[in-house]
Amino acid sequence: MHIPDGYLGPITYGSLWAAVIPIWIYASKKVKVILKASQIPLLALSAAFSFVIMMFNVPLPGGTTGHATGATLIAILIGPWPAVIALSIALIVQALIFGDGGITAIGANCFNIAFAGMFTGYGIYKLISSEKFKVQSLKFKNSDTDTHSSSLSTRHLIGAGAGAYIGINIAALLTALELGIQPLLHTGADGRPLYSPFPLSITIPAIMLEHIFLFGIVEAVVTVFVLLYIKKSHPELIRG
Amino acid sequence: MANSKFKIQNLKFGKLWIGIAILIILSPVGLILPELLKAGGAWGEWGSDEIEKIAGYVPHGLKKLSELWKAPIPDYAFSGWDKGVKSYAGYIFSGIIGAALVIGVSILIGKIFARKNGNS
Repeated sequence: MHIPDGYLGPITYGSLWAAVIPIWIYASKKVKVILKASQIPLLALSAAFSFVIMMFNVPLPGGTTGHATGATLIAILIGPWPAVIALSIALIVQALIFGDGGITAIGANCFNIAFAGMFTGYGIYKLISSEKFKVQSLKFKNSDTDTHSSSLSTRHLIGAGAGAYIGINIAALLTALELGIQPLLHTGADGRPLYSPFPLSITIPAIMLEHIFLFGIVEAVVTVFVLLYIKKSHPELIRG
Repeated sequence: MANSKFKIQNLKFGKLWIGIAILIILSPVGLILPELLKAGGAWGEWGSDEIEKIAGYVPHGLKKLSELWKAPIPDYAFSGWDKGVKSYAGYIFSGIIGAALVIGVSILIGKIFARKNGNS
């Protein structure tokens, strides 16, 4: 999901840089208001976790590899706007130092993973774990008020897992779309694609199937597992 | 003041920092498992030579842009350390370097923001 240099033409990588810069500026403004000095280590921990978890390549036997990103998890732990910053730092270090993702594609990769996928995941988590949803579902269920608190935490975990799964799939879908439109946008004098040569009919199934059936599940499992661990070791970090 | 508080917080999250360290030490799993199960890299993250094998040619624009940036530690591997145990050691070193950089930049950015924010 880390698009390398050369796969996206200037129209696409330029637009995505143009999209991500105001997002970074807005995130910075939000973070300036909400970040306390005592939370800095948590920001650093989150960025480091995202960096390290992306090193755990999960193989599709005989095929490709993929990995979790921790995006939804981090949004749940530190809030979505600080998560934009933490995830972007990890992605930029990956691109600059390790060539994992391109320099020209930093805008695209940050937009896909650190913004769109993350916010989708966080939104779904919020939706499923919210009080409103709880009240409505209790109306339908009409009984067992004593399982309140335990069902709340289960709901949070389900929300987190579902958010993580859908969030990474949204990031993957955007990646597939951005790659797949390249042959439509840029062709050379010989009619052959100038950048990523694969059409949407190839990029969407290739990237989506592996994320729907494997990497999305990995992301959800990592998210739920880490939340369970943190709930035990640092319960004060789990926000409502 | 800010410094002492910062240290206290570090201790508070001590277990989680140890978790990051453990993940870095275990990171070669992310190399070994794909090797065992004969899985290649990620889809759509191929170098020019691999693209040529798959598509039959290297698109001009792709070739030009892909040469734009030479990462100092490409693919989390040090040159000459690209196979076997050495590649695992290089992967761990890359994890340490990368995590240290990410943590350093995060703390720097965090400090700038939190100072402007004026709270502690």
